[in-house]
Amino acid sequence: MTNIPETGRSTRVQIRLVVIQVLVLSLLGTLGGRLWYLQIREGAEYAKKASGNHVQQVVQPAVRGSILDARGVALADNETRLVVSASRTDLMRMRDDGEAVLTKLAGVLGMPAKDVLEKVRLCDAETPQPCWNGSPYQPIPITDEATAKQALQIRERAEDFPGITAEPQAVRRYAAPGQANTAQVLGYLSPVTDEELQKAQDTASPYLRSDQVGRSGLEREYDKELRGKAGVTRYEVDNLGRVIGEAEADPAEPGANLVTSIDARVQRVAEYELNEAMKAARKEMDRNTNRLYEADSGAVVVMEAKTGRVVAMASNPSYDPNAWVGGISGKDYASLTGKDSNYPLLNRAIQGLSAPGSIFKVIPTAAAINAGYSFDGPYECSSSYSIGGQVFKNFESQNHGAISLGRALEVSCDTVFYRLSHEEWKRDGGNKPKKNAKDWFYKTSHQFGLGELTGIDLPNEVTGRVPDRQWKRDYWEANKDAWCKSGKKGGSYVEQIAYENCLEGNRLRAGDSVNYSIGQGDTLVTPIQMASVYAALANGGTLYRPTVGKAVISPDGKQVTKIEPEAQSKLPVTKKTLAEIDGALEGVATRGTAAWRFGGWPQDEIPMHAKTGTAEVYGKQTTSWFATYTKDYSVVMTIAQGGTGSGASGPAVRNIYNALYGVSPEGVIDGKKALLPTPQKTLPKVRTDGTIVSPKISKDPAKERRAAEESEQTPDGDGQDQDQNQDQNQNQDQGATTTTPPPANRDTRRREARRGGPRRGGGGRGDRPSGDGRTRGERTGDGGQDDGRPSGGRLRGALRARRAAGRRAAA
Amino acid sequence: MSGGVNSFHVSGYGPERAGWTRLFARDSPARLLDWPILLAATALSLLGSLLVFSATRNRTDINQGDPYYFLVRHWLNTGIGLALMIAVLWLGHRALRTAVPVLYGLSVLLILLVLTPLGSTINGAHSWIKLGGGFSIQPSEFVKLTIILGMAMLLAARVDAGDKPHPGHRTVLQALGLAAVPMLIVMLMPDLGSVMVMVVIVLGVLLASGASNRWIFGLIGTGAIGAITVWQLGVLDEYQINRFAAFANPELDPAGVGYNTNQARIAIGSGGLTGSGLFEGSQTTGQFVPEQQTDFVFTVAGEELGFVGGGLIIVLLGVILWRACRIARDTTDLYGTIVAAGIVAWFAFQSFENIGMTLGIMPVTGLPLPFVSYGGSSMFAVWLAVGLLQSIRLQRPLSAMNPPGRPPARPAGLLV
Repeated sequence: MTNIPETGRSTRVQIRLVVIQVLVLSLLGTLGGRLWYLQIREGAEYAKKASGNHVQQVVQPAVRGSILDARGVALADNETRLVVSASRTDLMRMRDDGEAVLTKLAGVLGMPAKDVLEKVRLCDAETPQPCWNGSPYQPIPITDEATAKQALQIRERAEDFPGITAEPQAVRRYAAPGQANTAQVLGYLSPVTDEELQKAQDTASPYLRSDQVGRSGLEREYDKELRGKAGVTRYEVDNLGRVIGEAEADPAEPGANLVTSIDARVQRVAEYELNEAMKAARKEMDRNTNRLYEADSGAVVVMEAKTGRVVAMASNPSYDPNAWVGGISGKDYASLTGKDSNYPLLNRAIQGLSAPGSIFKVIPTAAAINAGYSFDGPYECSSSYSIGGQVFKNFESQNHGAISLGRALEVSCDTVFYRLSHEEWKRDGGNKPKKNAKDWFYKTSHQFGLGELTGIDLPNEVTGRVPDRQWKRDYWEANKDAWCKSGKKGGSYVEQIAYENCLEGNRLRAGDSVNYSIGQGDTLVTPIQMASVYAALANGGTLYRPTVGKAVISPDGKQVTKIEPEAQSKLPVTKKTLAEIDGALEGVATRGTAAWRFGGWPQDEIPMHAKTGTAEVYGKQTTSWFATYTKDYSVVMTIAQGGTGSGASGPAVRNIYNALYGVSPEGVIDGKKALLPTPQKTLPKVRTDGTIVSPKISKDPAKERRAAEESEQTPDGDGQDQDQNQDQNQNQDQGATTTTPPPANRDTRRREARRGGPRRGGGGRGDRPSGDGRTRGERTGDGGQDDGRPSGGRLRGALRARRAAGRRAAA
Repeated sequence: MSGGVNSFHVSGYGPERAGWTRLFARDSPARLLDWPILLAATALSLLGSLLVFSATRNRTDINQGDPYYFLVRHWLNTGIGLALMIAVLWLGHRALRTAVPVLYGLSVLLILLVLTPLGSTINGAHSWIKLGGGFSIQPSEFVKLTIILGMAMLLAARVDAGDKPHPGHRTVLQALGLAAVPMLIVMLMPDLGSVMVMVVIVLGVLLASGASNRWIFGLIGTGAIGAITVWQLGVLDEYQINRFAAFANPELDPAGVGYNTNQARIAIGSGGLTGSGLFEGSQTTGQFVPEQQTDFVFTVAGEELGFVGGGLIIVLLGVILWRACRIARDTTDLYGTIVAAGIVAWFAFQSFENIGMTLGIMPVTGLPLPFVSYGGSSMFAVWLAVGLLQSIRLQRPLSAMNPPGRPPARPAGLLV
């Protein structure tokens, strides 16, 4: 031992060993530091990543809440369909990725095997439709049209169909009770888009891939309430996606029910009568154009006068909202939004714009009184009114002599309002406007809620327009370049107009104020605005925010959130003036322009007030307007290219009132036949088990009512029919209970259309109709001038002046 | 594996057959053993068995349906490793010195066998010999040890004989040649991870041998130039370059090496301070990290035991390395010093590389974590090395351990 020299302990070696030791320590230190960095500093971040790695969600969609009418009749609910779906996770575990099972399944369902296989593949950049773009852990629906027999076959031989389920599932249904389809008010659903998904990701109510989102109407406005909360089960999975444990489960919470103020029966009557009126108008010859009236679109609003609640709202043309359920087919989509479709998705009651014509005249009447004119006048109702070289004629050049404002409303005398408006225009400085011009006629319009949104609880309402000084300036600013470019002095007619507009289009001219005073020129209103105005006249001067939604009731009926009527403002009229206008409008119904439509009306029992309007549209046929009210309701109807106010819309409005109050054509009131003599006060009851107490509704209240009227009018009518009708009426009064969701597979008629068409997804498409809606809506009432063409009120004013003739807005 | 120990007693290699009482004497080898190393290595092996168990108990694809399959085999390997350590201790490293040429030749022969059709490929490296019955050995693990022993023998021969203060150039050249042969063969497999470890071992051995600085810096310089040349000439396979680059940037190869790197980092990072608890790691249970019982075993510790568990493994390795360094410094002969330093270089770099790749600071290579990773060859090799360390400690001059004047005791198992 001792003979071994201490060779390992030379200084050089010792130093080298210290170097090694230091290197080793620093390596270990590096590891420790890095470990600290990953686990302590960035630990939370990685923990999040890890949970994203191995937790997968399976979603149980929430059942969407129903949309009910005022008495509990379901306008939109869910039906149960047998949905056959395949679990991809199970299939992928099989040797052939489930091909054999899917082929067998295709045989049972009577579908080509290829279709079934394509449905379960996952979408990616290279995979064309059909493919599944949801979560791979979600059961993938193969069909939602399985028959009970097919479902049984699959269930009974579960061992032959591993990973395949056949279960009933709730699918949206628009039931159209009593044929009231209410399409545009209800709206429709379409699948959530990627964009929306991402946007809502971090909000309180995130979307799920499988969610359907309301795209228009009530479905959109009350989407959050109706949608409920989908149930989520989180599974822990391994790197191959195999489930290794259930992490947590949130059960699905069904959506709440929305009770509306719509009455399905009145809605049906309104829709039916509007359609009948338009059909009738199309048989009438237009003496101005020598063509039949086109009556291409129309709308009617029935509103509770004391609350602003909408009892019925119909827009024509309409469509079947069920076309959207389960993905709209390409063909259906084209027919709803294409160029030749006439845009049935538009709700013309809130999106259709038109000059109001003479139903506007209540506003200049109030304006004149506020400006200091007396109601009684008298004012000269001459056959025409001239300003400079221009002659503005009265309707059919009638001359009624010196009359009061009330009488001017009754006979719809244009020249009285021309004169008053022109006078005010001069008082405000005429062509050199004063700094604080009073602008009574324009200000009053705004105070009546025109040119603003009514705030109705439906999406995409449009504002309309009050063509005041401000608007003239803005419009000129926006269009002057185009006008000045195309305008030419002494050129063609259109060029001359553009030239004039370029020079002085920013100023409010005498002709503008004259046209405006009778609801012509650039004035644009929506039916809902006019319905609100006439409801305010009926209820003593309060403008309510119109509402369709009345209450939101939780699925178990325990929580009821009422949507109370909301007074927005008071009409700028004194009680006295209001009474005077009220009297005048009653006069219209009894001895004025609308009297011939209310022959035999029980005026003493149910005082009727009305105003007719026939608005001119450049290049088109006249728009028919009819605005009415009783103490309970206001009803406003309009038909584009439909003719005169009372002529085209009169009978329909009368029929709606007949239905509401149970009035026979002869004027006999029959309380039993009245659908809704006073507005529905109580809310329908939702039981704790989710069923809704609602009355039975007959097959088609509108047609039955007509049939009953006809049989009554025929003296030797079939007595049995009457009895039957009475029976039906009694049936309506008897309460009945419908349960939701109703039995499976009730409605298959529309499924045929969908089959084969590609699934329509995405809000891109879903949004478009509403976008189109706005532009189209403005066109509706405006003779296309909003296309940016250099024409406008001036054009129409001049046109009217040059023609120096023609019919005036009155009927 | 006490049977192994007994068999050594029974076979009568020790001079005194009934040495049990001496085992506990003041100067007995049991008392003189480096217990911290032994305990740390045993602790690492047992901890490793738990981690391996956690990683494999659900892997029905590889555990033959027996959740304890890998646990039991890891214990078995540890037991054999302990036996091997005792065997080395019994023989003594100086006695083994005479056998070094034979051991070296055997190990080179084994790795040559790997290149023949007898060898098999696992995970892209052709570095295994299948023995049948589910057993296979990885000779490159043993080559690491024989390189250390062989180089130490050459480098220390003239110095320990008292001829020279430091190894001469010719000796160094010979030693390098001795190391280069197996390294080239391993590179052909190709098992780059092992080659990297061998390069570091060579550097460590040269450092500790007291060879001229010029050799050290010259080698490092040559290595750098060589690495750049290999890179530029494209000698390496695509997967090797990918593996190398993806540790820094997992996006380079997200489905391949980047996936490993990413999942390993997620597993470790999600562990936090105390981890998810043993057998509770969802990354581990979900088998998101590949090769988790072998190369990526540290991720199990990171996820399930957190910073505490991961840190414990590093600390235990540190204890072994620290003690090994002390042994290298305290021993008197250069041979012992070089062997101990070589083992330090080996353990240190292999641990650093293995843990470093799971932490995303080193390229991904197929290297086991000493004691912890599942694998017989690696386990036997590291326990043999522990045996060598213990032997070096026991056989240093007794003057260093005993008070002067006292007659030097002859430790058991000393044949010289």
